[in-house]
Amino acid sequence: MSATLEIKNLNVSIGDKQIIKDLNLTVPKGEVHAIMGPNGTGKSTLAKALAGHPDYQITSGDALMDGESLLDLEVDERSRAGLFLAFQYPMEIPGVSIANFIRAAKKARLPKGEDLNAPAFYKELYAMMDMLKIDRKFTARSINDGFSGGEKKRCEILQLAMLNPKYAILDETDSGLDIDALKVVSEGVNTLRGDHMGALIITHYQRLLDYIIPDAVHVMYDGRIVKSGDKDLALELEAKGYDWVKELASDAA
Amino acid sequence: MTTTATQLDIDRDKGNFKVEESHKYDAGIGLSEATVDYICDVKGEPDWIRDFRKRALKVFEGKPMPTHWASKDLENIDFQKIRYYLAGDQRAKRSWDDVPDEVKATFERLGIPENERKFLAGVEAQFDSEAAYSNIKDAVAKDGVIFMGSTDALMEHPEIFKKWFGKVIPTGDNKFSALNSAVFSGGSFIYIPPGVKVSHPLQAYFRINAENFGQFERTLIIADEGSEVTYMEGCTAPKFDTATLHSAVVELVAMPGAKIEYITVQNWSSNVFNLVTKRAIAHENAVVKWIDCNIGSRLTMKYPGVVLKGRKARGEVLSIALANDGQHQDTGAKMIHAADETTSNVISKSISVGKGRSTYRGQVHIPKHLKGCKNNTECDALLINSESRTDTYPAITVRGDKNYVQHEASVSKVSAEQIFYMQQRGLSEAEAMSLSVNGFVNELTREFPMEYSVELKRLIELEMEGSVG
Repeated sequence: MSATLEIKNLNVSIGDKQIIKDLNLTVPKGEVHAIMGPNGTGKSTLAKALAGHPDYQITSGDALMDGESLLDLEVDERSRAGLFLAFQYPMEIPGVSIANFIRAAKKARLPKGEDLNAPAFYKELYAMMDMLKIDRKFTARSINDGFSGGEKKRCEILQLAMLNPKYAILDETDSGLDIDALKVVSEGVNTLRGDHMGALIITHYQRLLDYIIPDAVHVMYDGRIVKSGDKDLALELEAKGYDWVKELASDAA
Repeated sequence: MTTTATQLDIDRDKGNFKVEESHKYDAGIGLSEATVDYICDVKGEPDWIRDFRKRALKVFEGKPMPTHWASKDLENIDFQKIRYYLAGDQRAKRSWDDVPDEVKATFERLGIPENERKFLAGVEAQFDSEAAYSNIKDAVAKDGVIFMGSTDALMEHPEIFKKWFGKVIPTGDNKFSALNSAVFSGGSFIYIPPGVKVSHPLQAYFRINAENFGQFERTLIIADEGSEVTYMEGCTAPKFDTATLHSAVVELVAMPGAKIEYITVQNWSSNVFNLVTKRAIAHENAVVKWIDCNIGSRLTMKYPGVVLKGRKARGEVLSIALANDGQHQDTGAKMIHAADETTSNVISKSISVGKGRSTYRGQVHIPKHLKGCKNNTECDALLINSESRTDTYPAITVRGDKNYVQHEASVSKVSAEQIFYMQQRGLSEAEAMSLSVNGFVNELTREFPMEYSVELKRLIELEMEGSVG
């Protein structure tokens, strides 16, 4: 069994429109990979398709987590198997507090009928909140309801920390963040990264990668990975701009 | 059969069992004066009640069904196919040991004796037409609190009973209050003496066991000056193929400075027509709070009301209704302001699942000559599926310029994106649904006593589990 998140010749459509085209990508556990690319190139589609969103049809190819295909699993089964998606636009669930939501998610990972140890849960929750500089008053607030952009993203990282996934996909986690929030979120991710987890960071801008240094960078255009490299590729892309990506894509075609 | 229920196995199907019928008294099928005479004879009631019942029967027969505004489903009730009085024994027992085995087993399965030990000041357990068990803790009885069935009360305490019986809800209020007045049996009578604050709730549990049956309990609660009481009622029935009728009348009287909290968790099986009239009179500085949770039944029509008769009286209705496939929860509230500086608050949350339908009907009345009156009404509806339905019919009549009214209504839907988000965190679709439904009612259930909010949360979870394919 290979400890990787492996995407093989993946094709994804929304309705009749093909978005992801024969995409190949492997993220080994313990590494942080970044996907960069212009808007509308299929980055978020890839994230949602891997998570199992019903609107995204995988027409061919496969996605394997530690050697097991994700495609036959329901959305919640993929999550419990160890796949986490930090949303670009996290949903508001009125009336459901952060604490209760994370508790329900943790409980869903226990055998049926078993309950969480509440004191241990809160101890862990508070420790993670302190690390992410989230006010403890937040535990009682409805999830994402009336949160600022930065609060929403920190709340996503909090959930990531609490659910301890094998692989995490962070979809445009930097969007809507000011520089202070960006630092806090990045610190959080840096604390959580390690041998136990692989991460795929989707971002439009290079600046997030100043704070989270990736092991590899992939450039995506028109549903495909057109170039892969080390962290310096992000800087090169920043310097040359996305027109360079278009050239790369036409060279590849 | 005699499993002791705990909060872990409270569910919509929990009430879905029946025990062998063995009724000593049976008024037969159908309704006529003979039915009324049979009930009076068996109960050994005084003539004034017999006359009251017979007048009520005439009123009932003379009134049309309210189908010009209410559901046509009412026409499916065949009053001549219902059994109006079924009882094993006249006298409610004061010890569970004296209650017949199968009846006792029923209530044990529903967790009643256990709850009584844990947190209740008194319990009345009605099985079909009569209470099988009725008891009040000695400490509470010593304070002069009276808690007994309606028949016992009208014979033992006629001086209090007659003064208020039928005064809050007159016989002719509506067709079903007239029906109840003609054939009522069971229900609770409670009297709290001045200044007495009952620290633990009194509870009644209404159980229908028989098929083709109608249960018509009559409850009258009088909280004398400055007293306080919380009353809770629960109800279940087995699921039959035929329709069952439950038509209660509940009258509350809160004397000056008194406080009554009346909590209902209705969990009838989906063949029950639940047509109930509930109203309170609140005198000066009195507070009446109805907490009304409707989870079960085929059709529920219930609009708890408060007549705010004395200065600074306050009325509240907090209600939650969950309408699943094949169910119609037609609920609401009535606030009749009849004195200066009276305030009322109505918060209604309804959830429609599958093809379920929920309707809110509210009436707020503040006449022109009053001043300093306030009403706040909020009704929120949550739709789970695209076929779910909700309607809101608020009727607010406020005259004069010295009064204040606020009305808010909202309809929301659990979106596919919300469900996806929650599922991505590992919750199953049903868990995600029930979490969002619980979130929707959360703000309201926080107001409920602990035991009831826990029960309600579990009921919602089980309802949502069944609703996801």
